[in-house]
Amino acid sequence: MTTPIQAQSPSHAHSHAGGHNLTGMVIFLCSESVIFLAFFAGYAVFKLSAPQWLPAGVEGLEVRTPLINTIILVSSSFVAWFAEIQLQRGRLWAFRGLWLLTMAMGSYFLLGQALEWQGLAFSLSDGVFGGCFYLLTGFHGLHVLTGVLLMALMLARSFRAGNYEGGEAGVASVSLFWHFVDVIWILLFLLIYVWR
Amino acid sequence: MSSSASITPPLRPASHPLPGAPDNWRRFFTFNTDAKVIGIQYIVLALFYLLVGGLLAMVIRGELLTPESDLVDPSVYNGLYTMHGTVMLFLFLFPILNGLNNLLIPPMIGAPDMAFPKLNALAFWLFPLFGTLLMLSFFLPGGPSSSGWWAYPPVSTQNPLGHFINGQFVWIVAVALSGVSSILGAVNFVTTILRMRAPGMGWFRMPIFCWTALAAQIIQLVGLPVLTGGAVMLLFDLSFGTSFFQPEGGGDPMLYQHFFWFYSHPAVYVMVLPVFGIFSELFPVYARKPLFGYPLVALASFAITGLSLIVWVHHMFYSGTPQWMRHLFMFSTMLIAVPTGIKVFAWIATLWRGRLRLTTAMLFCLGGLVNFIFAGITGVMLATVPVDIHVGNTYFVVGHFHYVIFNTITFGVYAAIYHWFPKFTGRLLYEGLGKLHFVLTFVGSTLNFLPMHWAGLMGMPRRVASYDPEFALANVLASLGAFLLGVATIPFLLNLVSSWVRGEKAGPNPWNAIGLEWLLPSPPPLENFEDDVPTVLNAPYGYGLDRPLVADEERYVQRSQRA
Repeated sequence: MTTPIQAQSPSHAHSHAGGHNLTGMVIFLCSESVIFLAFFAGYAVFKLSAPQWLPAGVEGLEVRTPLINTIILVSSSFVAWFAEIQLQRGRLWAFRGLWLLTMAMGSYFLLGQALEWQGLAFSLSDGVFGGCFYLLTGFHGLHVLTGVLLMALMLARSFRAGNYEGGEAGVASVSLFWHFVDVIWILLFLLIYVWR
Repeated sequence: MSSSASITPPLRPASHPLPGAPDNWRRFFTFNTDAKVIGIQYIVLALFYLLVGGLLAMVIRGELLTPESDLVDPSVYNGLYTMHGTVMLFLFLFPILNGLNNLLIPPMIGAPDMAFPKLNALAFWLFPLFGTLLMLSFFLPGGPSSSGWWAYPPVSTQNPLGHFINGQFVWIVAVALSGVSSILGAVNFVTTILRMRAPGMGWFRMPIFCWTALAAQIIQLVGLPVLTGGAVMLLFDLSFGTSFFQPEGGGDPMLYQHFFWFYSHPAVYVMVLPVFGIFSELFPVYARKPLFGYPLVALASFAITGLSLIVWVHHMFYSGTPQWMRHLFMFSTMLIAVPTGIKVFAWIATLWRGRLRLTTAMLFCLGGLVNFIFAGITGVMLATVPVDIHVGNTYFVVGHFHYVIFNTITFGVYAAIYHWFPKFTGRLLYEGLGKLHFVLTFVGSTLNFLPMHWAGLMGMPRRVASYDPEFALANVLASLGAFLLGVATIPFLLNLVSSWVRGEKAGPNPWNAIGLEWLLPSPPPLENFEDDVPTVLNAPYGYGLDRPLVADEERYVQRSQRA
């Protein structure tokens, strides 16, 4: 892809910009995973050392609805992947449709989480459990929201004529971010809902 | 602007404004995406905060001139040392090193700019934002944060006046913003170094400064998120009623200490690694010899990065840490002396029988090296559990880390400024004023920080506004040193401003140095080599060796002289 001629062109600072984007995103996600790791480690320490983990009057978390949410979020990763393939094949409308579907699934997840928060019997200040639950799910939710907004940006960009003909590194980066958010959710789900 | 295939491209007229020259100063106040403009923005604003932090230090030393607490109220004193530490780390050293990274990395590797110029500008503009925020916290009803720069709970989660926006709140927000800025910067620096090196510049042809910058930025990427996580939890404890670090609510204050030091010990290496890079760049230039053991010095940077992530508990030896953990972390901390020792011996071997040129930059390097060896020795002492239990939280620790933070890191930063100022402004600094600056700084810092070790060994605790009269002599000496350091900034700033405006023209390579940045005109054009990037043929630092750094070197030298 990179011939010597291209490397000599005046805009060589910009011609690799796509590749830079992906590298930058990978580096950023490595760093971002550490903050989740820190939260997970804190959660594990708290849970293992707490004499009484659940606040008084709280039985535990309902798992069924969050599980449905989880399945939708995780499948959205595959939809995003198919969308990316469509873009590589130059089928712009198929890409837009699948991309929009990914966004819709992400938004459904956020909505489901908001509804779950509303129905809970404990609050942020109910012991370390309450704090951890809202902090972890909220921090992750913020990432989902960011992902949906970034996807909206990529979708809008696709309407600029000729924008996605040369490369789609922006889409690849956002897609990577989305997969990251999903993997983090799986770990979070295991830690919070499955680990008793 | 055609991409010419001919061997000698025509001389490019100076069509772009020259970054670094004092003309068109207004661009320094804009959202400029040029790494060289951003570098200067960082450095100038960081020097402003050096004065702020220095002023706070002098009030502290004024208070400690006498054993009684008589100059300021003890609670104000708590705010003073908290803000002094915070300003010096987050508003002076991190930003000024980011400034040097911005100036040096792209030309050193032959890149036109950073990988993400807009992100770079965004990262910079967060700096005045959180800087101003932190300054404004002085005017809050309860004053600024007063819990020390560690902000340990439960001290940091007290809110006696009950205001939602209090000094501690603003402190956490500012530190978090600083973290965001540093992460954006780190992503940018790492991507730039990984992907934008000149043709032929393999890993072992890369200047040590870039190696150390990379090693340091990786620490930022791994460590900062942990501090940010801890800071977010602290903020929730302080302002939203959670109890992560409150034992009465089931929380654990020790967890904060782990989060804090997991980043904040390696943070020292984030600052000192680039200074190791500066030493490694400058000693060969001013000793006219290749850097001794270049590949080992390069790899030692990464050994330090790795080890720095597994030593943090040595800050918590007296925090109820179990014995096995103390032993483990004592061992890992002492291991760091190995890669740093490799570097120190490499520098000494580089100097050995060299033809030393004692320019101001070289003097600061030599002074910094001597101070660093001393700081390293007290560092190994502090890593030893029995010694640390005895002198932990005394002035011995304060003396030790000022020998690192000021006498090594700031000396290195000064050396870098004296060395590369001509490159990025096109003007030489006055050597006379520079040497005056060095002498005042060296005498002042020794007077200031050496007696602290003595006071600490005798048992003077840190963070106190009043003390036993037996410590008076050490404190008077330290205070005199601090005031001398204040005086030392006058020739420095005078030198920077007057040289920038009307200093002697430097020419492309005033120090006769070898390196890609010295093949550029001074100041370098907007995109450095633009589309005519030299092909690197050899490892750097070929002083006294008959080997060219790049292909067709003569053409680049001539071009840099004509510009």
